[in-house]
Amino acid sequence: MIINHPLLGPRDASEFTYLGDASLLMRPNSDDIDAYHDYIHLRDNPDGLHRELWFHEQGDRSWLVITRNTATHEITKVELARKT
Amino acid sequence: MHYSIWSILQQGFRGGRGWVRAWRAPVPQKSYDMIIVGGGGHGLATAYYLASQYGITNIAVLEKGWIGGGNVGRNTTIIRSNYLLPGNEGFYELSLKLWEGLEQDINFNAMVSQRGILNLFHSDNERDAAARRGNSMILHGADAELLDAAALRKLCPFLNFDNARFPLKGALLQKRGGTVRHDAVAWGYARGADRLGVDIIQNCEVTDFIIKNGCCNGVETTKGKILANKVGVAVAGSSGRVMAKAGLRLPIESHVLQAFVSEGLKPILPQVITYGAGHFYISQSDKGGLVFGGDIDGYNSYAQRGNLPVVEHVTEGGMALMPMIGKARLLRMWGGLMDMSMDGSPFIDRTPITGLYFNGGWCYGGFKATPASGWCFAHLLATDEAHAVARAYRLDRFKTGAVIDEKGAGAQANLH
Repeated sequence: MIINHPLLGPRDASEFTYLGDASLLMRPNSDDIDAYHDYIHLRDNPDGLHRELWFHEQGDRSWLVITRNTATHEITKVELARKT
Repeated sequence: MHYSIWSILQQGFRGGRGWVRAWRAPVPQKSYDMIIVGGGGHGLATAYYLASQYGITNIAVLEKGWIGGGNVGRNTTIIRSNYLLPGNEGFYELSLKLWEGLEQDINFNAMVSQRGILNLFHSDNERDAAARRGNSMILHGADAELLDAAALRKLCPFLNFDNARFPLKGALLQKRGGTVRHDAVAWGYARGADRLGVDIIQNCEVTDFIIKNGCCNGVETTKGKILANKVGVAVAGSSGRVMAKAGLRLPIESHVLQAFVSEGLKPILPQVITYGAGHFYISQSDKGGLVFGGDIDGYNSYAQRGNLPVVEHVTEGGMALMPMIGKARLLRMWGGLMDMSMDGSPFIDRTPITGLYFNGGWCYGGFKATPASGWCFAHLLATDEAHAVARAYRLDRFKTGAVIDEKGAGAQANLH
């Protein structure tokens, strides 16, 4: 897979490490045990478009949010990750 | 028809005209006592043991493609029970014992070959960990032997003992581990279940669950509505997308794992060898091909194919361990969908929906578990109680803290 980095252009996916679903950016309040359990352990795990976090470990060490089709591996969108 | 040397001789003299189909192709009934979703190894084993152990034969196994076309046809055929944690080891040892009697039980040649499995270690610390694991195995009734470098060299003189980064200091050997002809497992369980009256319905995809007032009463399929009091789902890598139809989110991510086989060679590799430090494991099939693989690609996937960087990484591991592998040419490579759970261990449990049961989260280790998975899932479906060796495989274990994390990697599915 080639990831079209918004700052660096096309880079091989092997330069990146993968964290998982981009909803991990939205961390709930840790006082809410049920919500926190769901946040850490449960996943939508879709067959199709998936927004996910990739870390450019062998590059500029930026975090990216990539929209990728898990059925075809086609990447349709690459953005810099931001806290929302 | 009972398979034996006599049936082969008899059919040989008759020109093979008397062989009959190994299982029927029934039209689905309107309702069954139970429905098993997924005609892979685990689903077929579940149906077989429900019929043979619990006398429940009014069962349909629904498969969206053809039986055995998923992970039971895509794995690297290894069986073993070399786990460490109490929640796991009793279960996998039951599985290995069931493998040992499988062919007589289902009257099908699955080519169960207990050639032994070696887990290599490279340092004093790793030797201590291997000894601890071996002791845990022995305490659970399994077999384990700790080999030093000299004993390992006697068994496998062709390994690269003096690798500068990972020198070989010995191995944990489980002699009862080995390999099984994977397709024959699906076919043998299917034939065994069919002979006991189970309907195996292929090309029948479940499109929805029929759920009323928190109770599952059946499924909608591409062949129409089928009702049942209990529905058991055993769909491995498809767990996420199937259980989403019941509105459930799981502690599972689907990932792709690649596997490889070389051209056929003369016998060179007597055991199964796992080289954890190099992310590589290998055995030799009875046809002569070297069957090997490594780690998962590491990103969510339902594609049943992987990417080239992992191919390079796996073959580098092979070259580091046994340089002679460089002479062999690759014949085939493929990918399968791994239902990677958040602690690396599986689930055999009820769901919050009455009448809906779930079997999944097998990660890349589902093949060896096939008999015990079927055995314990059948027990759960028939009795509504977890089998003694599968009590730890609960869906709510992350909430209660009773996780079974063999690798100690935490809630990061692609690290297990």
